[in-house]
Amino acid sequence: MITLDNVHKHFGPKRVLQGVNLTIPRGESMVIIGGSGTGKSVALKSVLGLITPDQGLITVDGKDASKGDRDKFLARFGMLFQGGALFDSLTVWQNVAFRLLRGSLKRPKAEAREIAIEKLRRVGLTPDVADLFPSELSGGMQKRVGLARAIAAEPEIIFFDEPTTGLDPIMSGVINDLIREIVVEMGATAMTITHDMTSVRAIADKVAMLHDGVIKWTGPVADMDQSGDPYLDQFIHGRAEGPIEAVR
Amino acid sequence: MSLTAPIAAIGRQTLAFMALIGRAAIFASQGLSHIVRPPFYGREFLVALLQIGWLSLPVVGLTAFFTGGALALQIYDGGARFSAEAVVPQIVAIGMVRELGPVLVGLMIAARVTSSIAAEIATMKVTEQIDALVTLSTHPMKYLTAPRVLAALIVVPLLVGIGDIIGIFGGFVVGTGQLGFNAATYIKNTADFLQFTDILSSLAKGCVFGGIAAMMGCYFGMNSGRGAQGVGQATKGSVQAAAVLILAANFLLTSLFFSS
Ligand SMILES: Nc1ncnc2c1ncn2[C@@H]1O[C@H](COP(=O)(O)OP(=O)(O)OP(=O)(O)O)[C@@H](O)[C@H]1O
Ligand SMILES: [Mg+2]
Repeated sequence: MITLDNVHKHFGPKRVLQGVNLTIPRGESMVIIGGSGTGKSVALKSVLGLITPDQGLITVDGKDASKGDRDKFLARFGMLFQGGALFDSLTVWQNVAFRLLRGSLKRPKAEAREIAIEKLRRVGLTPDVADLFPSELSGGMQKRVGLARAIAAEPEIIFFDEPTTGLDPIMSGVINDLIREIVVEMGATAMTITHDMTSVRAIADKVAMLHDGVIKWTGPVADMDQSGDPYLDQFIHGRAEGPIEAVR
Repeated sequence: MSLTAPIAAIGRQTLAFMALIGRAAIFASQGLSHIVRPPFYGREFLVALLQIGWLSLPVVGLTAFFTGGALALQIYDGGARFSAEAVVPQIVAIGMVRELGPVLVGLMIAARVTSSIAAEIATMKVTEQIDALVTLSTHPMKYLTAPRVLAALIVVPLLVGIGDIIGIFGGFVVGTGQLGFNAATYIKNTADFLQFTDILSSLAKGCVFGGIAAMMGCYFGMNSGRGAQGVGQATKGSVQAAAVLILAANFLLTSLFFSS
C-alpha cells in the first residue's frame, strides 16, 4: 500500500503540489488524471524519491519511503517515464534487460536477452528491434521499450507515466490489456498517469483527479460518471467550458 | 554604487568559484569512494579507457610533436644569444617532461574528454536517464562517475608519458633535421640529463590532471540545468573549470616537487 499524506512541492515561485492525500491499496490499479502541468509526474517521482517533497509523508507498506535501504526499496519498483528515458548508449534489449545484466538480479547474458525479447513481444515489438538503438525507433516504439524495461524484472509496484501517449488506438488497446494483466495476474500495484479516457476505463480500479495541487476527486472508476463533481465532469467530457480554466 | 560595481562583481565571481570548488571537492570525494566500493561496472570502465585513452592519442601526439619542435627552434634561437645553442636537447627534455607534456595533455583532455563527459551526462540528466538509472537500482555516481574517473586516473599519466616522448621526438626531428645536431649525441644528452624525479613528477601531474578533467565533466553533467541550454552551460562550465583547476594544480605540484 502506498500513501501520500499532505505532500507539498514547489519549484521557485510555482506551487505544484499543495497537500496531496492519496492511498493506493496493494494490488490495485490507480489512475491519476488531471490537466497538463498540474504535477502528476512530480507526484509519481516524489514517491520514488527522485524529487524530495517540501513537506508531507509518503509511505510504502507503512514505512516512510524516504528512509531505509534505497536499493531494496527501488528493487520493488518499475517506472515508465513520460519521455521514455531510454539509455541511448545501449541497444534496445540491453535497455530492457538493464536490471538483469547487473546488480542483485544479475543473470547470464543469454537468459537476460531472452527475457528482454519476451517482454518486447508483450509490448508488441518484434525481436528484430532488439539490436537497434533507441534513436533508431519511432516515438511510440521507444515508449513501448520503456514499458518493457519497467516490467522486465517483474516489480511489485509499477508506475506508468502516460503509457499510451503517442500510440495508435490498436497499440493503446494492447498496452491497456497488458497493464490490466500485470495487475490481475501478477498482483502488482499500479499507478498510471494518462490523459486517455479509454485507457482510464480499461485499466483503473480507482481514479484520482489532481487539480490545483490537490486531489479534487477520488473513487472507484465505476463512480466516475455519476460523481457530480463539476471539475471531474468537465475533464472526462473534455469540455472547454467549466470550472477548470483553459489557460493555466 | 557604479564605482564599486565592478569590484563587487569580481567578488561575487570569486565567491562563486570558491563555492564551486567546495561542492566539487565533496563530489570528488564521493566519486572516489565509489571507485573502491562494489559493485563495479567493468564494461563502462573499458569504454571509458578507450574513449579517454586510446581515442585521445592522435590529438595528444600531434600537440606534443609540434610543441617539441617549436620548443627546439625557440631554445636554439634564444640560446644563440649567449652561445648556448648546444643545450637544446636538455631544455627540450626538461621543458616537455616537467611542464609542457603534462599541461598540454591535461588541457587537451579537458577540451576533448571533459566536454564530452559533461555533455553526455548532462543530456542524460535532461532526458531523465539519470532518474531512470536510479529507479533501476543503479547509483549514477557508481555507474557514470566512478568508471570514468578511474579510467582517467590510470590512462592520462600514460598519455602524458607518451606525450613527453613524442614531444622530445619532435625536438629531435627539428634538432637533427634543421639545426644540425648529431642524432646520437642528441639522444645521449637527453637521456643523461633527465632524472627520475622529472619523469615521476610528469606522471603524477598526469594522474591529477586526469582526475580533475574527468571529475569536472561528471560534476557539471550531473548538476546540469534543464533543456539544451542547460547542456550547453554544463559543457562550457566543465571545460572552463577543468582548465583553470589543471593550471592551478600544475603550479601547486611544481612547487611541491621542485621548490626545495
Ligand atoms: N525539476 C523541475 N524543476 C522546475 N520545475 C519543474 C520540475 N519538474 C516539474 N516542474 C514544474 O512542475 C509542474 C508540474 O509538472 P509535471 O511534469 O508534474 O506535470 P504533469 O502533470 O505531469 O503534466 P503533463 O500531463 O503535461 O505531463 C510544471 O509546471 C513544471 O514546469
Ligand atoms: Mg507528466
